[in-house]
Amino acid sequence: MKTLPAVDAVIVGGGWAGLLMAKELAQRTSLNIVVLERGPSRRASDYSTDMDELDYAIRFRMMQDLSKETVTLRHDAARRALPLRQHGAFLPGSGVGGSGEHWNAQVPRFLPDCFELLTKTSEKYGANALPESHAVRDWGITYNELEPYYTRVDKLLGTSGQAGNIRGKLLDGGNIFEGWRSEAYPTPPTKMPYFSVLFRDAAKSLGYHPYPAPSANISQTYTNPDGISRGGCTYCGFCARFGCMVGAKAQPTNLLLPVIEKRSNVTLRAGAWVRRILFDAVSKPAAARGVSYVASSGDEIFQPASLVFLASWTFNNTRFLLLSGIGEPYDPATGRGTVGSNLTHQVTVGAATAFFDRPLNRFMGSGSAGVLFSDFDRDDLDRSGLNFMRGGYFGARGYGFQPIGAFGVLPNSIKATWGSEWKKAAISCYDRTATIGFAGEHLAYKTNFMDLDPVYKDALGDPLLRLTLDWRDNERKMAAFATPIAVQVARAMGAREINPFPGLHSYDATHYNSTHIQGGTIMGDSPAHSVVSPYLQHWQLPNLFILGGSTFPQNASANPTPTVLAFVYRAADAIVDRYLKHPGPLA
Amino acid sequence: MRRRHFLTLSANSLGGFLVYSLDRKASLLSAQHKPIRVPLRFFTEAEALIVAAAASRILPSDESGPGAREAGVAIFIDRQLAGPYGRDRFRYTQPPFEDAPRELGYQGSATPRQIYRDGLKGLQGFHFLAPAAQDEALRKIESTMFFSLLRQNTIEGMFCDPLHGGNAGMVGWQLIGFPGPRMSNFDEIEKYYGKAFRPKPVSLRQATGSKVRPSEDEP
Repeated sequence: MKTLPAVDAVIVGGGWAGLLMAKELAQRTSLNIVVLERGPSRRASDYSTDMDELDYAIRFRMMQDLSKETVTLRHDAARRALPLRQHGAFLPGSGVGGSGEHWNAQVPRFLPDCFELLTKTSEKYGANALPESHAVRDWGITYNELEPYYTRVDKLLGTSGQAGNIRGKLLDGGNIFEGWRSEAYPTPPTKMPYFSVLFRDAAKSLGYHPYPAPSANISQTYTNPDGISRGGCTYCGFCARFGCMVGAKAQPTNLLLPVIEKRSNVTLRAGAWVRRILFDAVSKPAAARGVSYVASSGDEIFQPASLVFLASWTFNNTRFLLLSGIGEPYDPATGRGTVGSNLTHQVTVGAATAFFDRPLNRFMGSGSAGVLFSDFDRDDLDRSGLNFMRGGYFGARGYGFQPIGAFGVLPNSIKATWGSEWKKAAISCYDRTATIGFAGEHLAYKTNFMDLDPVYKDALGDPLLRLTLDWRDNERKMAAFATPIAVQVARAMGAREINPFPGLHSYDATHYNSTHIQGGTIMGDSPAHSVVSPYLQHWQLPNLFILGGSTFPQNASANPTPTVLAFVYRAADAIVDRYLKHPGPLA
Repeated sequence: MRRRHFLTLSANSLGGFLVYSLDRKASLLSAQHKPIRVPLRFFTEAEALIVAAAASRILPSDESGPGAREAGVAIFIDRQLAGPYGRDRFRYTQPPFEDAPRELGYQGSATPRQIYRDGLKGLQGFHFLAPAAQDEALRKIESTMFFSLLRQNTIEGMFCDPLHGGNAGMVGWQLIGFPGPRMSNFDEIEKYYGKAFRPKPVSLRQATGSKVRPSEDEP
C-alpha cells in the first residue's frame, strides 16, 4: 500500500454532507483537506442534456453501480438475507454531489419533539405508549438549539416557501404545525401545478391547513451568503433522478463545488473507493489515523489525516465502522453494541391514486412544487382514537411526470394489463391521474438493524452490508389511517375513480419508497446507546466525525436533507471554534 | 462474428414517417414507398420479427392510435439488449443465486439477453399467427419473467426519447400528449388549469441542439 503525505482532514464522500463540511472548513480555516468520492467527477454543466427518462429515471444513470456493491436484506433475523440485485426501494447516488444531485429538493424541517422523542412521548402518553420492542431514543439536542442551523441551511439553499410559525407567531397559509422558525423563507413559494391547486382547495374545504411545499428548487433568482447566484425553476419536470438542467435545484455541484474549487486548500479525488478507517487503539484517547482506499488506477493507497470525516451515506458510514472494527456491533439478541442499530426508513405511501375527467398537464412541474398539509403531523396531535404513534404529512406534488414511468396507471376496475383495451384506457388516463402521497415517521425498533453479511461480497471482496428490516404494526396502522383521509380529499377534488393504497405488508424492496434510510451510527447523549455525540463526534475516537442520516436515532416524517445539513453546520462550528484550538471531546 | 441480420420495415410500419395530430386522430401525412432495412445488433431477423409481433399485441396499432410497430419498439429492444442493460452491466450478479420472497426482487442469474433468447425459443413462428392466436400464446406466458420484461421494454420503446431507437417520429408522445423535454413551462404551468396544454413534441436532440449519446451506444 502506498502512503500519501498526511493531510489535516480527509472527508469520505463528496455529497451534501461531505462537501458542506469541506466548504465550511475551507472557507474558515487553512486546513489542508482531501475529499474522496468513489463515483465520477461531475459538474452542474453536465446536466444541460440529461433530460432523458430512459437513461436517467429508468436505467438509473446517476445511482450507485450495484454490480460493484449493494446491500442484502432479510425481513427478520431468523431468515437468510439475499442481495438487492437491482435498485428499488431507495436510490443511493454516486459521483460528486451524491444523492444531492438527483433529489427532488423537498426541504421540510423535522418537528421539534422528534429530537426528544423518547422523553416527550413518555411524558405525554406514558412509558408504555411506544410499541413493544421499540428502540426510540432522544438525540441529545433540542430543536431550539438546532433552529439557527436550520435557518443557515435555508439561506444556503434559498428555500422557497411560506412560513407558518415565525418565532411563535402563527401565519395563515404556512404550516402552522411546524416548529418555530426565526425568519421567513428566503424566497416565496413556487408556482403550483393544477393537481396541487385542486388538492389545496379540497383540503381547505375539509378543514385541513394546506401550505406550499418548501422547495429547494427555487421560485426566483437568489444569491446565497456564499455569493452563489442561481435562477428560478422553469418547471420542466426533470428533477428526481436527474441533475437540474438550469441549476435552479440546489445541488452540491452548484452550491458547494464552486466555493470549494476557489480554495487552494481542498483537493477532491473522484474514483477513490474507500475501504477502511485506520486507527490507533493504544493512544489515549484512541484516534483515527486516516483511511485506505483503492484509486481509479487500482492502486491501494493510505491517506493519513489528523481529522477523519465519514460522509458516505447511511449504508457505508455504518459499513466502514463495521469493516474497520471501530466500536461494538449491535447485537439484537443481547441489546449490546451500538454500530448498526436503529435502522429506519420512512412510511411513504401513495395513499390515494385519483382519476379525473380533466387533463392535469402533469409534465409541467418540479420535484418539490406542490401543496402539503400536516394536520396529522404535529407535536400536539390529539391521539384519542388513534391506534398508532406519531404521524405524517399528506402531499400533492407536481413532480413532472414522464411517460415510461407514468403510462399504464389505471383504475382498479380495469383488469387488462396489455392489449387494445388496456392501451385505450392507459391513453385516456395518462394525463388525468395523480397520487396523493403520505409520508410518515418510522420508529426505531430493536429488530431493525444493520450488520455485515456472512455470504455476499462487494467487487473488492469485502462483506456487503446486511439490512434486517420489516414494517411493524405501528407503520401498517399508520398507513391504514392515512388512506381513507387521502381518499376523502381525492373525492373532494372531484376524482371520478380512486385507487386506495392497498396496505403495508412486508417491507418491499422492489418499489421506490424514498432514499431516506437512517441510522446505524446514531447520535445521543451517552456512549452507552450511541456512536456519536450531537456534534457528530465519535465517542471513542474524538478525531472521527460521522455526517449524514446514519446519525439519526429514528426517522421523521419529513425529508432528511435540511436536518443532515443543519447538523453538519453545527459540527463545523464546533470544530472551527473549539476543537481546532483544543482537540478532544466536544460534548 | 455473427452473420449480419436486418429487420425489414415496410413503408406503413415505421412511425418515423407518420405524423399523428395532437388530438390523437391518426393521419398519415407521408409515407416512404420503399421498405427500409435496419441492421440488428442482437436479435436474429426471425427473433426481431417475433419481438415486433409480440410488442404489437401489447401495444397494438388500432383505433386508439399507433402502437409498438409504428414506434419501432423492436429496434429499441434490439439496441437495449446489445448494450449494457442487456448484459446486466449494472446489476449485482454475484452468486449464490437463491429463491427469494417477491419483496426482494429478481434474484435470477439470467441477463435480459438470456431471458429473451430463451423466451423467444418458445414463440417460434409467432409472427405467422393470426392476432387472436398470438394473444392466446402470450396469455400462456403472461406470468413469466420474459413476458414481464417484454411488456416493460415495449412501454419503454413506445415512450422513450427517439435517440434510443423507439418512439419513432415521437408517435408515442403524440399519443398521450407528452411534449418531450421542454426547457421551460414557466409561463404555462399556471395558465392551463383544467385545460390540455399540448405543445408540439421535441426530442432531446432537438431541444438541446446537441448530439446526446444514449447509454446503449457504448464508446
